Amino acid sequence: MKYVIKKLLTTLITLFAVSALVFFSFSVIPGNPAVSRLGTEATPEKIEKLTHEMGLDRPLPERYGEWVLNILHGDFGKSYSYNQKVTSLLSEKIGTTLILSVIAIILTVAVAFPLGIYTARKSDSKLDVVLTSLNQLIMAIPSFFSGILITLLFGFVFKLFTPGAYVSYKVNFLRCVGYLFFPALAIALPKISMVVKLLKDTALKEANKDYVVTAYSRGNATRAVFYKHVLKNAMIPVITFLGMTFADIIAGSIIVEQVFSVPGLGRILLTSISGRDYPMVQAIILLLSVFVVISNLAVDFMYRAFDKRIRV
Amino acid sequence: MKTIKKIMGLILMSATLTVAFCGCGSDKADSSSITIGIPQDLEDSLDPHVAVAAGTKEILFNIFEGLVKPDKNGDLNPAVADSYEISEDGLTYTFHLRKGVKFHDGSTVTADDVLFCIQKNADADSSSAYASAFSNIKEYRAEGENIIITLNQKDTDFLQYMTMAIIPKSNANPDTNPIGTGPYKYVSRSPQENIVLTRFDGYWGEKAHIKDVTLKICASADSIVMYLLGGSVDLFARVTTTQVDQLKDGNFDILEGTMNLVQAMYLNNAFEPFKDERVRQALCYAIDRQEILNISFAGKGTVIGSSMFPAFGKYYIDETKDVYKTDLEKAKALLKEAGYETGLSFSITVPSNYQPHIDTATVIVEQLKKIGVDAKIKLVEWDSWVADTYVGRNFEATVVGVDASQMTARAMLERFTSDSGKNFINYSNSEYDAKFAEAVATTDDAKATALYKDCEWILTNTAANVYIQDLAEFVAINKKYTGYEFYPIYVMDISKIRLK
Repeated sequence: MKYVIKKLLTTLITLFAVSALVFFSFSVIPGNPAVSRLGTEATPEKIEKLTHEMGLDRPLPERYGEWVLNILHGDFGKSYSYNQKVTSLLSEKIGTTLILSVIAIILTVAVAFPLGIYTARKSDSKLDVVLTSLNQLIMAIPSFFSGILITLLFGFVFKLFTPGAYVSYKVNFLRCVGYLFFPALAIALPKISMVVKLLKDTALKEANKDYVVTAYSRGNATRAVFYKHVLKNAMIPVITFLGMTFADIIAGSIIVEQVFSVPGLGRILLTSISGRDYPMVQAIILLLSVFVVISNLAVDFMYRAFDKRIRV
Repeated sequence: MKTIKKIMGLILMSATLTVAFCGCGSDKADSSSITIGIPQDLEDSLDPHVAVAAGTKEILFNIFEGLVKPDKNGDLNPAVADSYEISEDGLTYTFHLRKGVKFHDGSTVTADDVLFCIQKNADADSSSAYASAFSNIKEYRAEGENIIITLNQKDTDFLQYMTMAIIPKSNANPDTNPIGTGPYKYVSRSPQENIVLTRFDGYWGEKAHIKDVTLKICASADSIVMYLLGGSVDLFARVTTTQVDQLKDGNFDILEGTMNLVQAMYLNNAFEPFKDERVRQALCYAIDRQEILNISFAGKGTVIGSSMFPAFGKYYIDETKDVYKTDLEKAKALLKEAGYETGLSFSITVPSNYQPHIDTATVIVEQLKKIGVDAKIKLVEWDSWVADTYVGRNFEATVVGVDASQMTARAMLERFTSDSGKNFINYSNSEYDAKFAEAVATTDDAKATALYKDCEWILTNTAANVYIQDLAEFVAINKKYTGYEFYPIYVMDISKIRLK
């Protein structure tokens, strides 16, 4: 219990630090939201007036305090560009990005585990040489590029989906998932390669350890030794990796969303930055860091579930 | 370990299911719908009196109408008013409200709503684009179905401002819930994804043809061709010449119009070398505008010579474009006269989100090298451009396009008067100021037109800026549809589009 409380406390401190960083960094970079809103209608007088109306002429610490207090009440403020509450604007976008990330992680696990176990068991076959080289290649391709290739291949050659024809999950969930499968594939590909390589390496390392040799000497079948002992121990680093990957996938989806024009968090983050829509940007970055921190926390807890000896 | 196997089985199954879903991707056969690609979201208020971005106004044109409304020739026709009268002295405007015009929420337009809109925009403190024009209103009142507006002094352009959208007084959230009288009504929006409109069946005039309209935000310019060819977008206005080439074999009609803006290398007349008229003229002589069109725009576009574009009809002077025929010797001589024979260097600020302006600036840099002028392109974000270049006037030269918010000569020419808040080039010419003031105050339209034309000539002769072109606009429209119309102002009239 003490462990859990300690972990939660560090999480809170991390989030607090992130919130301060996010808030103050935007007061340092050049650009004035009032100018963005006025566009070519801007005159020095109008800018001054709007800056005052938006409360941007007040001291920074005061604004930060107010912002944090409001967040604690669940209020992230109003978007400058859309004149709507940030929470209502973002709710749909979070759903989209989460669905995309979840499909990507399912794909990663579903493909990487069987493949990793297979390559570990057949580590000296000819097929393994082919798979390993292929693996290296896929790992080297960044997901935005594989995204372009996937669009070309599945979108235009095989016509499995219409590029750009994204449908919101609120309108048609199945079609949404059907579309998001392809960007998810682009995100998952390099991750699959990494998990396969990691699983294979750790399994092979475990297989050479003394306890495995002992297990064999007691007359256990290869298969049984592999699944009962080797794999169980080999899983621990893989789970750590998956946990970090999930955070990475959510952040990484921002780029792939651009390639497939999926209107998730990524797209709105980029436009909000260029439009100096601070409340939006701050909320999204805070949200992304919450994802990262929480998935790390989950990994820590899972560790302990797997092996009670571990103290993190 | 059995559980692990089970879990794996489940995961695999869900993965295969996901793949199976993908089969049902593209069925878009609904006869009465269209998806129109737009390059940016309406990151703006949806209140027509507050919205400033051209891209927002372009769409709001379909939702809102004023007492009068422009048509594709730029002529004003009665809309929410069914007739109007202007008194002999030009000071009193009487608008008669059309009977039974309905707002999208079903309520009827009343004189009270109109008065409310005028009041809202006349407020000098508001950020309304009409505020300065409305400061000329002496009084306004309603008499039954008539709205009577009296001006302090005659303004031949006043009717143009009556295109101001009429919105219901009762709407508490015009920012996010747009209610107008136009042929389309607002349904919903999802930020960075789309805006959905549907035909307003209670429209007073000729109803729109297409029922459901989705305005899809295509933020990445590189993927527009892909969406068009893939069928997820039916219409995209303002495709580039390169994209036109890529769409050649697709199922598209490419329509050519004009963008209705003045693309120029705007010169900061307060920048030391540019204070000298001869330097500015030298630049005009050195820059070959036809060559810019040929290199960067596949020869399309209209070369212009002053702050006015052809769609303006009676105000446009074609001859201004012939004043500076490319002549490198003359350019060099002028530079020498001005004391810059050893060379001159300056930077050209260009907003990085406008490829056509970057392309133009690139050619200019090369052309200027021939007369020993060293110009450098400085790319900036649109936001910084507005803040530093436009408002701060802290620049040397900039390539952008300037358009007109209204179909008035004033909308193009007022910014070059010495004390205008929008005079970002710091142009100062007392003769120009006098002519412009006289034009505004003149009651006779023919005389006013002549005076505005004089103003344009002054801009040309003093080489206020290096005028380049009115860009060609290409619209890609799926062959299923027809009826797209170009307007002389920056709008897209969706109601005219129909199925073939």
